[in-house]
Amino acid sequence: MAYNVKEICADKPSRFTAGHRMCAGCGAPPVARMVLRALKEGDSAVICGATGCMEVSTFIYPYTAWTDSFIHTAFENAASTLSGVEAAYKSLKKQGKLPENQNTKFIAFGGDGGTYDIGLQSLSGAMERGHDMVYVCYDNGAYMNTGIQRSSATPKFADTTTTPAGSVIPGKMQSRKDLAKIMVGHHLPYVAQSIGINNFKDLYEKAEKAIYTEGPCFLNVLAPCPRGWGYATEDLMQINKLAVETCYWPLYEVIDGKYVINYKPKNRLPIEEFLRPQKRFKHMFKPGNEWMIQEFQKEVDSRWQELLDLEEITNKE
Amino acid sequence: MSIRERLSGNEAAAIAMKQINPDVVAAFPITPSTEIPQYFSTFVSNGQVDTEFVAVESEHSAMSACVGAEAAGSRAMTATSANGLSFMWEMIYIASSMRLPIVMSLVNRAVSGPLNIHNDHSDAMGVRDSGWIMIFSENNQEAYDNLIMAHRIAENEKVHLPLMVCQDGFITSHSIENIELIEDDKVKEFVGKYTPKHYLLNEKEHIAMGPLDLQSYLFEHKKQQAVAMQNAKQVILDVAKDFEKMTGRKYSFFEEYKLDDAEIAIVCMNSTAGTTKFVVDKLRSQGIKAGLLKLRVFRPFPGEEVAKALSHLKAVAILDKSDSLNGAGGALFTDVTSAMYLNKNSVPAVNYIYGIGGRDTKADDLENVYKDLQEIAQSGNVGNPYRSMGLRG
Repeated sequence: MAYNVKEICADKPSRFTAGHRMCAGCGAPPVARMVLRALKEGDSAVICGATGCMEVSTFIYPYTAWTDSFIHTAFENAASTLSGVEAAYKSLKKQGKLPENQNTKFIAFGGDGGTYDIGLQSLSGAMERGHDMVYVCYDNGAYMNTGIQRSSATPKFADTTTTPAGSVIPGKMQSRKDLAKIMVGHHLPYVAQSIGINNFKDLYEKAEKAIYTEGPCFLNVLAPCPRGWGYATEDLMQINKLAVETCYWPLYEVIDGKYVINYKPKNRLPIEEFLRPQKRFKHMFKPGNEWMIQEFQKEVDSRWQELLDLEEITNKE
Repeated sequence: MSIRERLSGNEAAAIAMKQINPDVVAAFPITPSTEIPQYFSTFVSNGQVDTEFVAVESEHSAMSACVGAEAAGSRAMTATSANGLSFMWEMIYIASSMRLPIVMSLVNRAVSGPLNIHNDHSDAMGVRDSGWIMIFSENNQEAYDNLIMAHRIAENEKVHLPLMVCQDGFITSHSIENIELIEDDKVKEFVGKYTPKHYLLNEKEHIAMGPLDLQSYLFEHKKQQAVAMQNAKQVILDVAKDFEKMTGRKYSFFEEYKLDDAEIAIVCMNSTAGTTKFVVDKLRSQGIKAGLLKLRVFRPFPGEEVAKALSHLKAVAILDKSDSLNGAGGALFTDVTSAMYLNKNSVPAVNYIYGIGGRDTKADDLENVYKDLQEIAQSGNVGNPYRSMGLRG
């Protein structure tokens, strides 16, 4: 069936409800909403949230925005907490302690801080153990909840509160970690990188695949942050589009080790198009800092080429 | 008929777990508790239990997975020691605040640093304010019995708190002793089925657990935890009564050994109590009225009962197998003496820090403590209450 966002939204009421306290223009809530829409109607889910913007804004006692069962325990352990829930499900199912027709899915949401950094060990462990779950990283490229501190997902040169663009050090001096590849290194059945563009088609389809592929699956979804990135709230979808059109955030999936690039822009936009609308990169556009843009472009180019190569290599007969 | 066996403390704990047959066990190896998940995974591999064994990549994840599993509506257990417990610390508090009756076997060992693998109680003392029920065991039999009683206490609806059963690393965990096991079916019946009211996997009632809990509610929620801990006292006694009916073995908050007519006494926990009993017998044969209070239930702290049991003494020594490094005394000493004060018990009390990092606890050392107590009883003068036992130099 062809993807039709209107039909999906009409047929599948949101399992992540309005009334939460995420910022206007934040990229994360549409990610949660769309991922959960990929659940089949009769299926239940247990959602686990790592401490972070999404968790503290959606579940403030005594209110919750999650209509499915939800658990939050700490910052670094959404994957291991959910692996306990999943293990309990397996055990209780096996013993006949749950209804036979019960079909429960397990989905974790963590920001880049809780996933790339402090939660990496717990994530790696849970993925390696093969729990039947989907881990969704909503990557906004810094510790936004605590006030925009750099993470290992923060792009090079970004101005954050712990890598301020100063007169001697012009922002973050290290490159971004490639988490999706680390997950690919775990030989998972399904790893994908996505973003909310084109009516969320890409995200919806990948979420559906991840949820309904048996075993541990990982989704890395870029989720812009108006506060941390410094764009106008209404520009969210435009920023998402530019991330893809410049190949800063390529859309691809890795199915049983085989890379599939889902979108290859015919005319790749220069990286400036993505950087310019964001205040965190403002200093890169000062006269004399052209080298920073050049270096950034070079990195985007080489990562894109690497991805093209990987697609070719992994699909060789 | 009960089963007579010879088992180490770790084997006893693993067999208790096998008989309890929890739905999930998540654990990570650390000396000296490693053998517990090791033995247990054999039961899993051989299909002797229904458990999902989650071989996590750290103790932090072990407790996280236990929290997830218990919240999901299953029975979850784990085992650890020392730094493993320290690494769990964050999740220890979260487990109790979520009111999850997880049961842990804690094989006590010195917390780093420097690195040491031997027994003291610094691991347990590091979580004494975490909202876990903490039960200590003198020997393998008690480590086993306490685990069999654990779920009935932890899962009681008035309690709903996690519980740890402590035993001394190597001293009991690796020593083989005679033990009386209970038949599998009796244990199954005694422990009963776990039927939580609210759980994540209930498709008929979706719930959310672990909120951001701000100024308007956290205080009340913490109070509920505190009340649950107080409620645990009666439940511990009730469960012990049922256990006695099944096995004939009697348990309470503490064991009083020749204490009722004693003039001087030692208060201690875990295996040291065994050595102390030997010394008490020796002194008694010399006409010295020595006694022992072996504390079993450390959390909830039975302050009133302890103070009352010690009220007739002329002097008392409280032994701490962990130094609180507060410049004033160990944790057990602080708890016992403050309970004595509140209950108008002014018996001269003295604290001995001992057994640190597995330093041998010798009968001679304990005898010297009783000698000190005799002097204190005679003079009424405690002198320095913050002392060491078995320290060189």
